[in-house]
Amino acid sequence: MNNPQLNKNGELQHLLSTEGLPADILRAILDKATTFVDFSDGFEIRNAPLLKGKSVFNVFFENSTRTRTTFEIAAKRLSADVVNLNIGSSSTSKGETLLDTVDNLCAMHADMFVVRHSQSGAAHIIARHVAPEIHVINAGDGRHAHPTQALLDMFTVRHYKKEFHNLRVAIVGDVLHSRVARSQIHALTTLGVPEVRVIAPKTLLPTMVENLGVRVFHDMNEGLKDVDVVMMLRLQNERMQGAALPSAQEYFKYYGLTEEKLAHARPDAIVMHPGPMNRGIEIDSSVADGKHSVILPQVTFGIAVRMAVMSMLAGAKA
Amino acid sequence: MNIEITNGRLIDPKNSIDARQNVYIVDRRIAAIGASPPGFVADQTIDAGGLVVMPGLMDVAARLREPGYEYKATLESEMNAAVAGGITSLACPPDTDPPLDEPGLVEMLKRRARALNQARLFPVGALTYGLKGAELTEMNELTEAGCKAFSQADAALTDTRVLLRAMQYAATFGYRVWLRPQDSYLAKNGVAHDGEVATRLGLPSIPVIAETIALATALQLARETGAILHICRVSSAAAVEMIRLAKQEGLKVSCDVSMNHVHLTEMDIGYFDANCRLAPPLRSAADRAALRAGLLDGTIDAICSNHSPVDDDAKQLPFAEAEAGATGLELLLPLVLKWAEQEKVPLLDALAHVTINPALLLGQKMGHLSVGAHADICIFDANAAWKVAPAALRSQGKNTPFNGYEMQGRVCYTLLDGQIVFQQ
Repeated sequence: MNNPQLNKNGELQHLLSTEGLPADILRAILDKATTFVDFSDGFEIRNAPLLKGKSVFNVFFENSTRTRTTFEIAAKRLSADVVNLNIGSSSTSKGETLLDTVDNLCAMHADMFVVRHSQSGAAHIIARHVAPEIHVINAGDGRHAHPTQALLDMFTVRHYKKEFHNLRVAIVGDVLHSRVARSQIHALTTLGVPEVRVIAPKTLLPTMVENLGVRVFHDMNEGLKDVDVVMMLRLQNERMQGAALPSAQEYFKYYGLTEEKLAHARPDAIVMHPGPMNRGIEIDSSVADGKHSVILPQVTFGIAVRMAVMSMLAGAKA
Repeated sequence: MNIEITNGRLIDPKNSIDARQNVYIVDRRIAAIGASPPGFVADQTIDAGGLVVMPGLMDVAARLREPGYEYKATLESEMNAAVAGGITSLACPPDTDPPLDEPGLVEMLKRRARALNQARLFPVGALTYGLKGAELTEMNELTEAGCKAFSQADAALTDTRVLLRAMQYAATFGYRVWLRPQDSYLAKNGVAHDGEVATRLGLPSIPVIAETIALATALQLARETGAILHICRVSSAAAVEMIRLAKQEGLKVSCDVSMNHVHLTEMDIGYFDANCRLAPPLRSAADRAALRAGLLDGTIDAICSNHSPVDDDAKQLPFAEAEAGATGLELLLPLVLKWAEQEKVPLLDALAHVTINPALLLGQKMGHLSVGAHADICIFDANAAWKVAPAALRSQGKNTPFNGYEMQGRVCYTLLDGQIVFQQ
């Protein structure tokens, strides 16, 4: 089966998932992103007119302010023309099919689609459907993948920890429903992290998750022992209705990241979160705002990483 | 009209015949096998040299989509596909719109099928009104109208008391109850096997226990009521083992498997291939191995196409939103042959799963070529190689997970009641 993300020369054609991408490509994205960051004074993002004259369509079938905004900023920093579409509230509710919507947008001369959809695999269908000169970036599909989030996480890890091959990383929370967790796991294992852990109650872990190359922990203190990086996941309120959890309070008691629990990690551990955070549910404010937290730099790096992905995709065409 | 089929390799599983034998048809029935009957003069001779002559295939699960879903398929298109696949009898599940819960509908369907004169249609009636799982249908009336069994198809029956009553009532009259075991709560919103692939792709999943828990209930109710129970589309190793034990215990239970599950696994979903969105879901390689073992040791009685034509629009969607189902009538024979070749199963044994065994499940004295039987016959070239090209399929449903597969075995003639209804 052909990897739908690579063209016949093995270059990035679409970014749909971190799974199945060679480490070289992941590293190339991170390296490219580095060129967009000015590390001298805080983390300033540089402009680079690499997408001048190109049209980037942010097509969001599911609402997201933050991800859409960072993609928009990234595209504008590259001098692209940006069109934002919140399809969730327009065409499909009028009965238009997903691919009809895409055909219409193609007719408006899009060069790149940034797609978010509530269903796993939506970005794959679009990528399979569009003409070869059009590139698709998956900005989150169902529970499947959120590759730019994982890549910005990798960028953040590399910035603070320099290397991947000597790290212990723990991903904490609702792995079952999380596209972020899946993309993080594939990226971390591909980049050579020797020990990736997931920490969650059994109701929030998918079947055979260990086959993704992770160690499973149900006890947070044990799971955090000696880790270098803690990646927290957002807990959706629906989980309480779906009988996956009894209450937010009980979840916080056992799986919320507090300073006491974080004390089991290495003293120089970093704490990450893809946002938006639920303070007091998955993470205590003192940790979110504390010295281990790199949550705000993550957001800034996200712009650089999305610039890197967009410029590499548009460059692959030339 | 008198027809002779000469020089063919006759395979008749019911009569344990696998030999070069001529077949003689007089007045729509088998008049003799081997030597011609006294005074026989052929009006037509079919030279089956190099070909296999077998009873017409019987398919226990083929959705024809009438009434109600004519945009997916029609009786014409699907009956045409059936005979092109060598199928002369098929049972259709009741999940039409409206469902087959009313004698008038069943009679209409039978009448339409008879007028087409291609394959025999054996409707499976709805077990409950509207397949809603609440009130029993008029099973006596439906049986008189032509229903051969009663089923919920893929519709949920969550109220176990209703299921108990339905099986008690069916048992009173000796009617067959066909159930596809799936706990509707455990399967809720699920679209793929709860395993490695669903985990990787982030697809809502259906665990094996959704099948085994419902199966345990069905078996227990069969013990309690004495109903004749048939389990449809068994998909997991654990379910095969439960049915094996139930058969050993002497329970009146049978089961079938879809050809898709004999050949495919969850891995075939690949990158969200909606053609592999099937019900039940494709399971693991270990499950597939157990299904194949179940066919070999007789635990699984029949292989069906589970033909479920779906229109293209319903497949051009993200995996979880795509409609479940695949076309299958024209692929049943070659896929049975492929399985037989892969597992080194003699054709005589392999073909029983699509002839005499399904006939027994439907309570029909068919599926064989004994003297006096209806001359429903399939003649195929076991060596003809071809590649599955959806556009070339006669079925209105073009979606198949076997798109592009190399097949061996192609139907040359199909005879229904002593008349040629398909010729390649």
